[in-house]
Amino acid sequence: MKPRLERETIALRVAREFFDGAVVNLGGGIPTLSSNFVPEGRTVTFHSENGMLGFGPVEYDEDKQSVYMMNASAQLVQPGPGMCFFDHAMSFAMIRGGHVDIAVLGTFQVSEKGDLANWMIPERGIGVIGGGMDLAFCCKKVIVAMEHVTPKGEIKLYKKCTYPVTAPECVDLIVTDLAVIEVTKEGLLLKEIAPGWTVEEVQQFTEPELIVAEDLKEITL
Amino acid sequence: MAINKVYESFDKAIADMPDGAVILLGGFGGIAPVPQNLTLALHRKGVKDLTIVTNNAGIDGRIGLGNIGGRSYVDHEILVTDGQVKKFIGAVPASIIVSRPNAFEQLYREGKVELEIVPQGTLAERIRAGGAGIGAFYTPVGVGTEIAKGKEKKIINGKEMILEYGLRGDYAFIRAYKADTMGNLVYKGVMRTFNAVMVTAADIVVAEVDEIVEPGELDPEVIVTPGIFVDRIVETSKGEVK
Repeated sequence: MKPRLERETIALRVAREFFDGAVVNLGGGIPTLSSNFVPEGRTVTFHSENGMLGFGPVEYDEDKQSVYMMNASAQLVQPGPGMCFFDHAMSFAMIRGGHVDIAVLGTFQVSEKGDLANWMIPERGIGVIGGGMDLAFCCKKVIVAMEHVTPKGEIKLYKKCTYPVTAPECVDLIVTDLAVIEVTKEGLLLKEIAPGWTVEEVQQFTEPELIVAEDLKEITL
Repeated sequence: MAINKVYESFDKAIADMPDGAVILLGGFGGIAPVPQNLTLALHRKGVKDLTIVTNNAGIDGRIGLGNIGGRSYVDHEILVTDGQVKKFIGAVPASIIVSRPNAFEQLYREGKVELEIVPQGTLAERIRAGGAGIGAFYTPVGVGTEIAKGKEKKIINGKEMILEYGLRGDYAFIRAYKADTMGNLVYKGVMRTFNAVMVTAADIVVAEVDEIVEPGELDPEVIVTPGIFVDRIVETSKGEVK
C-alpha cells in the first residue's frame, strides 16, 4: 500500500484555506485538528455552535482545563484574546445569517455536484444532524476533510449520494488523504494529488470522472 | 412583598410535574451547561411519558462518553434508560460513535420511543420563536432533504425556504451560574447554550444555579436572563452533582 496523507496532514492542508480574518467553524474529527495549523501571520476566529467565538487551541494540560471552555466536539480549549460567549439562538443566527465564512466538515459521502451526506447511514436507521445541516446550508464556503475511502475500502465520492443528503450542492472543496478536489459546475476538478500517487490511482477510488487541472500539482504543505 | 423564587430542594422545585409533560432540557452536553441535579430529581420522581426537547437524547456516562477532561457527568440518558421518555425532539438522537449506541437508539429500534429530529439551529430558533410569541418562521435549512418532507415551502428573496413552527414546553429545566432571588441570571463560559434560549419558552421555568445572591448584588449591565422568565431557583450545594 502506498502511503497516504496522515489525518494531521489533511488538517494542515485544510488550514491553508483559512484566509486572514476568516471566521471558521470546525466539525468533529479531522476538521478540529486544523485549528492547530493556522498559517503564520493570519488571524482566524473560530466559532463553536455551543456559543463561543475566538477561543484558542485545545488545552491538554489537565491543571489548566476548564469545563466552562468546551467546544462543540467536547474538547476543552484555551481562552483567546477577544473571545466571547453567547447562546444557541445567537450562535445559529451567526451561521444562518452568513457571518461564518468557512465550515470544515467530515462526511460519509459527497457527490460530484457537491451534495453532502454526513448525517445518516441508512442501515443504522437513526442519524445525527447536530449543527452540521445549518453549517452546510449557510456558510459561505464548505470544505470537506476526510479520508478518500472508508476503512473498509468503500468509495465516498459518488456521482449521486446513496445516503440521505445533509445539504444539496453545498460543498466547495474536498481535501482527502489522496487529493485536493474542487467542486465546479463541470464536475470534480482534481487540483492536487498526494505524493507518489497517479491520477489513474485516485480515479480508481472516485466514482465520477475527475477533471484534471491543467496545473495539477503535488500536495505541498 | 419581595419576590422570592428560591426553593430549598430540587425535588420540591419539580414536585408538581405530571406524567406526559413536555420538558425543555437545557445544556448541550458537557459538564457546565447541563442541569444535572434537576435531571436527577426528575429521575427520582419517576414521572413517565415525557417529551424531552433538548440537543441530544443522552450520552451514556457509564461507557465513558459523558466524560469531559476526565470528569464524568450525569445527563438525561438515565431518564431514557429507565423508560421515562416517550419522545425526543432534538438534533442528536444517537451517539456520534456508531459502535457505542445510546439507550435512545436501542429503544428507537424496538419502537418504544418516538423521534422528531431537528437541525440544531432550527431547534434553537423554534424555541426562541416559542418564547417570543412568534408562531412560525421560514428557514433555508433543510430544503431538498428529508427534513423538508411535509413542510410548507416558499420562495423568499429568490431562495427556497421551509416553514418551521415555534416550540414551547410545559417546563424548562435550565442551568445558570448565579441568580438573585428575583430570578435574574448570569452564566459562565459556554453555559448559555440552549439554557438562555429555553428559559423564555416554558410555562414553568426552573433554574439550577451554583449560587443565589440578594437583588442588587448582580451587576444589571451583565445580567443575561431577566428574572421575569424564571419561576423557580434552586442552589446546588456541596455533595450534589456539580
